[in-house]
Amino acid sequence: MKFASLSFALVAGVLATLSPVSAEEYVIDTDRAHASINFRIKHLGFSWLTGRFDNFKGSFAFDEANPEASKVNVEIDTESLNTNHGERDKHLRSKDFLDTATYPKATFQSTSVKLDGDKATVTGDLTLHGVTKPVQIVAERVGGGKDPWGGYRQGFTGTTKFTLQDFGIDTDGKLGPASKEVELDLEIEGIRK
Amino acid sequence: MTSMDLRRGNWGKFLAMLIFDTRAGYGVPSRLIHWIMAIGVLFLFGLGLWMVDLDYYSAYYTLAPHIHRSVGILLLILLVFRFGWRLVNIRPDDGDLTAFERVAARIVHWGFYPLLLGLMVSGYLISTADGHPIEVFDWFSVPSVYERKGLEDTAGEVHEILAYLTIALVALHSAAALKHHFIDRSRTLARMWSGPPTNP
Repeated sequence: MKFASLSFALVAGVLATLSPVSAEEYVIDTDRAHASINFRIKHLGFSWLTGRFDNFKGSFAFDEANPEASKVNVEIDTESLNTNHGERDKHLRSKDFLDTATYPKATFQSTSVKLDGDKATVTGDLTLHGVTKPVQIVAERVGGGKDPWGGYRQGFTGTTKFTLQDFGIDTDGKLGPASKEVELDLEIEGIRK
Repeated sequence: MTSMDLRRGNWGKFLAMLIFDTRAGYGVPSRLIHWIMAIGVLFLFGLGLWMVDLDYYSAYYTLAPHIHRSVGILLLILLVFRFGWRLVNIRPDDGDLTAFERVAARIVHWGFYPLLLGLMVSGYLISTADGHPIEVFDWFSVPSVYERKGLEDTAGEVHEILAYLTIALVALHSAAALKHHFIDRSRTLARMWSGPPTNP
């Protein structure tokens, strides 16, 4: 009798500690590059200079029934910056700009999600160049469901923009008045764990 | 030697002394390359130091590196030719040097080749590590032969270190040449400036 009630208590205890089934964990599919972090910034005010970070990883928790309970975490390898021009990338990685030798990682950790019709505003802390500040990503779910290979996926698209000088990156003194802000275009697909 | 040969009508020997290096001094090709490269290396060192601090809005922001790369490639071509030329020519006599000076000279002169080669190759890699070629003025372009993401950073560090080492060696080399010329009163500098002696 005692054994039965003890094991019942154990099972109940374990079940109680499990988080609600609905908020599921997903790993961002960087293995097969079904996610990208792209940026653009104005060049002299004449055109958009685009680039991306080739290497990053992350995860998100998504609850279809309660999207505002979602979370996302991303860690970016700043040295993987790629604007398709070696000399420019070298300059951007240097102390003049991102100083990737000192700050090899940039991170984003969400703090809240607010639904607004089809879209959601994901607020979180961005740590870039050693400085942490809140940014807001306007996100939209693109789709989700079973894939042909036994997995279950969700995909999102999002944009955000911020002022580089806020993170101690001296664009004011270097790139001119049209290049204060950088815009990020994020495409994320995650596989449920 | 040379004027006597001319008087004897020995044009062959005269021309040979002009073109080839002899025990008495360097021929014209060696001397020309030496001084062109000396000026080129000093020019690129100064240009390099200045250009890396240029403001994005400077009129020379793209022009200075363009000149630096172009002259660098031309010096690389000269270096290869010069090394080949050195191998097929005899060396001027260094009997007037002390044993220490002879060894030191050998180290410095042979040291310049790998140092300059490393300097030029690392420079080449900074610009071509992403796959795109180097334009030498508007004459021709040199394609990338080795592509690797991130290589430009390492190549840049190597290039900077070797540049300072080269200038240090240039300073030592110049000081030694002046020492031989003014203090020892020997022909060491003269035979690279004016070649073999022209009086018999």
